[in-house]
Amino acid sequence: MPTDIANLHTETMTLNMGPQHPSTHGVLRLVLELDGETVLRVTPHVGYLHTGMEKQAESKNYYKFIPTTDRMDYLAPMSNNLGYCLAVEKLLNVEIPLRAQYIRVLIAELTRISSHLVWLGTHAMDLGAQTVFLYCFREREKFLMLQEFLCGARLTASYVRIGGLMLDLPEGFLDAAKTFSDEMNAHIDEYEALLTRNPIWLRRTQGVGVITREQALDMSATGPTLRGSGVDWDLRKARPYSSYDHFDFDVPLGSKGDVYDRYQIRVEEMRQSVRICQQAIAKMPGGDYRSRDWKYVIPPHEDVAHSMEALIHHFRLVTEGFRPPVGEAYHAIESPKGELGFHLVSDGGANPYRCHVRGPSFVNLQALALMCEGRLVSDLVAAIGSIDIVLGEVDR
Amino acid sequence: MIHLLDNMLIRAAVQGLMIISIMLGCVTFLVWTERKVAGHIQLRIGPERVGPFGLLQTIADVIKLFMKEDITPSSANKVLYTIAPMLAVIPPMTSFAVVPVWSQFALADFNIGILWVLAFTSLSVYAIVLAGWSSNSKYSTLGGLRATAQMISYELAMGLSILPILMWSGTLSLREIVLLQQRHLWNIAVLPFGPIAFLLFLICAIAETNRAPFDLPEAEAELVAGFATEYSSMKWSFFFLGEYAAIMTGCAVATSLFLGGWGGPFVDQVPLLGIVYFVAKVFALIFVFMWVRWTFPRFRYDQLMGFGWKFLLPATLGTLVLGAICMTVFPGFYHQFYGR
Repeated sequence: MPTDIANLHTETMTLNMGPQHPSTHGVLRLVLELDGETVLRVTPHVGYLHTGMEKQAESKNYYKFIPTTDRMDYLAPMSNNLGYCLAVEKLLNVEIPLRAQYIRVLIAELTRISSHLVWLGTHAMDLGAQTVFLYCFREREKFLMLQEFLCGARLTASYVRIGGLMLDLPEGFLDAAKTFSDEMNAHIDEYEALLTRNPIWLRRTQGVGVITREQALDMSATGPTLRGSGVDWDLRKARPYSSYDHFDFDVPLGSKGDVYDRYQIRVEEMRQSVRICQQAIAKMPGGDYRSRDWKYVIPPHEDVAHSMEALIHHFRLVTEGFRPPVGEAYHAIESPKGELGFHLVSDGGANPYRCHVRGPSFVNLQALALMCEGRLVSDLVAAIGSIDIVLGEVDR
Repeated sequence: MIHLLDNMLIRAAVQGLMIISIMLGCVTFLVWTERKVAGHIQLRIGPERVGPFGLLQTIADVIKLFMKEDITPSSANKVLYTIAPMLAVIPPMTSFAVVPVWSQFALADFNIGILWVLAFTSLSVYAIVLAGWSSNSKYSTLGGLRATAQMISYELAMGLSILPILMWSGTLSLREIVLLQQRHLWNIAVLPFGPIAFLLFLICAIAETNRAPFDLPEAEAELVAGFATEYSSMKWSFFFLGEYAAIMTGCAVATSLFLGGWGGPFVDQVPLLGIVYFVAKVFALIFVFMWVRWTFPRFRYDQLMGFGWKFLLPATLGTLVLGAICMTVFPGFYHQFYGR
């Protein structure tokens, strides 16, 4: 008797992808409903790296939260420092000297390059191009050396401080940074030679993980995920902070909103970051590296040794911190992943009453289901990579 | 002793053991080569601590694998789960038997050598399918399914890519094919179909051995380790062994079919040179396998199938037709330039 194929009983398969899976970039857990290899439904489960950072902020004074921000998006610690400090400075209304602002721009862009390098390497590795990963890490290592040169830490920088920076640039840093950024374009060419026109890469990324302009806006996606869909929104241009308006750079835009567009945007962003770095190095002004408002900024040692007033400021700042006026402030920066915002509420005490972080990875992750439902498991991997999530920031 | 070796069965057994041990030795060396090649492509240095130039690294790894716990999932089909890794090693080793290593030696030299190779190559899919199915794990199942589809489609194209060469040589014996090439020109140089057939065969061979960019059954980023997810210890290393043995066999067959086998200058005067040429050619091809693996991204499942059916199959058929037309329409040309 011939089998009636239409009446065959079939069922979907539920596959638990992660939290320990090679391409969920950390501890993301996805519950997939599969029909063969087709993904019918994606349910992300987050929280495996939850450390309650926002709550921790409420029991620390404003200064002491800076090292915690390093650990959010651990691929771009100095961007997190910057976002947080800008929010506190907005609350306090402190003026930042131009030199500090330029240094902040310089390190934020170096951080962007480094973060994109990790993204490119892991994304390419997810799609099977393993060698790109090590090429990218070669340059990332150079950046980490630079960061170590700058502040002594390779991962947890805490270099940006409220009212300025931890220290002035060390002697010779600008030359080292100039060498790094001058060489970078040639290295980006190398990565592109392996990927940009590679037919397999094109097949794996073009038309995959598409989100339209409207969908991207609905999902409040930011950063390259949003710009890949053609929305011209970059906080460095739209709401310039830290004198980004003094610099000349372009914001690359995609048109189709697929994985390939997001790839090209990030690669181009690296080149633009190199441009910004070169300008910042060339135009680096003299002056102070931090505000001289000793009510909020720890006074230098030599002052403490000679001036009674400085000693009192130092003592108060170190023992209990400062007390900003009652109010709230939100400040967002264009982090490598997208809009990284800090919302601080002050009740006039030494600790924030509430600190909310708008993490771009967390928000962008919402778009994952839109990108890959109805497509193949391999596309899911490509889509996760193209959103560029860091679980430290998703879970906080 | 001499009497014993006269006995055909015992002689075959001794030769077989020799081939197996040489192949195992080569596999250890290949793993080291792969890691060194990958290392240098990726700006690293690869293994260098165990033994001179890290040559003993693989031995150390094998010892480590022996020590590891041999896990069988409680829900697995235990018989098939145990048989699958064995099946992974047997076909490539067996098909190597017909490859003429040099003018004086091929373990089994019979007139249908190519068919033997093709038949055993197609058996190796069972190892992966059974491993995927018997593990009773979801990732393994997906890997097994992918392997079935992939190997069946690429086997077809592989068989077809050889056909023009068989037509050209008029024999199915690998030894005969090599001898013909030695007398005239390597098959890869027979224009216009030789180079095309070689390229197509190489692509199919990479796909048949599940190497990147066709390593979908074990695509790490998607299926963790695919069909091998649940395997550990020596069972796992058997798959590894099978993969490298398959690479070696594939490259050896390609060498015999297209690159003149053991042939080379002065091989008639010094027959032992044949082994050197053969090994050199095989390793050059293996290097290409490695080079490709560490350079390209991975295909997607449907693209892989599309590539196999919509490009490779028509291309191999086209080469076959092209070869047939050329040989029939311009016999004079081939006689003049290739002596046949």
